[in-house]
Amino acid sequence: MKYKDYYRTLGVERSAAEADIKKAYRKLARKYHPDVSKEPGAEAKFKEISEAYMTLKDVDKRAAYDQLGAHPSGQEFRPPPDWQREFSGTPFAADDVDLADLFASLRGGGRHPGHDGRTLSMPGQDYEVTVHITLEQAFHGAKVDLDLTMPEYDANGILHRAPHAFKVRIPKGATDGQRLRLPGKGGKGFNGGRDGDLYVNVVLHPHSLYRVSGHDLYLDLPLTPWEAVLGATVQVPTPHGPVRLKVPAGTQGGQQLRLSKRGLPRPSTGEGDLFALVQIVLPTVTNEQERTLFKQLADGSTFNPRGHFEQDMPHEN
Amino acid sequence: MRIELTEIFWLREHHALSVNQLAELSDLSAAEINELVDYGAITPIDPDVAELTFDTQCLVVAQTACRLRDDFDLDTQGVALALALLDRVRQLEAQLQDLRARLPRRVV
Repeated sequence: MKYKDYYRTLGVERSAAEADIKKAYRKLARKYHPDVSKEPGAEAKFKEISEAYMTLKDVDKRAAYDQLGAHPSGQEFRPPPDWQREFSGTPFAADDVDLADLFASLRGGGRHPGHDGRTLSMPGQDYEVTVHITLEQAFHGAKVDLDLTMPEYDANGILHRAPHAFKVRIPKGATDGQRLRLPGKGGKGFNGGRDGDLYVNVVLHPHSLYRVSGHDLYLDLPLTPWEAVLGATVQVPTPHGPVRLKVPAGTQGGQQLRLSKRGLPRPSTGEGDLFALVQIVLPTVTNEQERTLFKQLADGSTFNPRGHFEQDMPHEN
Repeated sequence: MRIELTEIFWLREHHALSVNQLAELSDLSAAEINELVDYGAITPIDPDVAELTFDTQCLVVAQTACRLRDDFDLDTQGVALALALLDRVRQLEAQLQDLRARLPRRVV
């Protein structure tokens, strides 16, 4: 079992008063709580903080923790032989159990209900995992492998960390920020308590072509000036496959051309739309003929895109 | 190790939960859920019926409420206020993502 220095995690002395531990926890929780923080790694950091506080805020658990002695964080250690009898009551396999599981199993007041009250049932813990999927997986649906390690009691009532592997079918239409529930796939319930649930948070990888907003997609559509002025039919990629898009004559830069139902499928019915954002792109290198043609256009055109400036400008004397 | 093939449940699907089911799944009490309904933090499918039922999306809100209650020692009114502010942040983030998606990526 690896030692974790809970006092260090909360940034307090080992002799800290209960009120100081609470104050330190609240300050860190405000900064790293996953519901309020967007800092990278906040969720993992908050788990550490929460684990430390859950143990140190409870007088009995703190006493049990202090009895383990002080070790460097991450160092392998074994609780003293009499520790389990005195504090835990729950038999555990020291090699594959985590310190957090051990203190969680004490359940406050220093005793696990399995020790003093075998008849008390407890629901299994809910777990939450984040799954990153590509836009193509969101479009077609995907099977995603999840490997989790959860604490559970074996047939002899000994606490272990057991690996669980799930092949989860993500249905088409999943999109960024959506949450899926796998009922009963979380921690095992104790003594007849219901099994916990597993929640899957979906995060979409950014795509090289499409930007996602809900189930709608946005795609930059570069056009030449003459395609924009004269109109054109251009081939546009979509997740459904390439389509030919008719660009009307006189299309302006920044305009959105909507391709109905070419976005991501919705979970129930229908699809989002794909919007092609027009960008008029000038050639960076022009040959002699092109320059001549642009010169002819400049000489022959009466178009003035800054005409409205003249109304507001003071007349020169 | 056994590999389980498992199906998921959309939390956005319209599947009604009773107050007690929502309480069991979220670890809030039924009284807290009713209080959060009174504060407008959780919206039942039909507020005018005697036996309230909730869309499964309410489970996300109820579980967030439970975390806020436990992790910040908030009372129900504080939880309701935090939920309202978090919802406002979520809406603004969705607007920001939408506006970002509409911005051309190529610099021309």
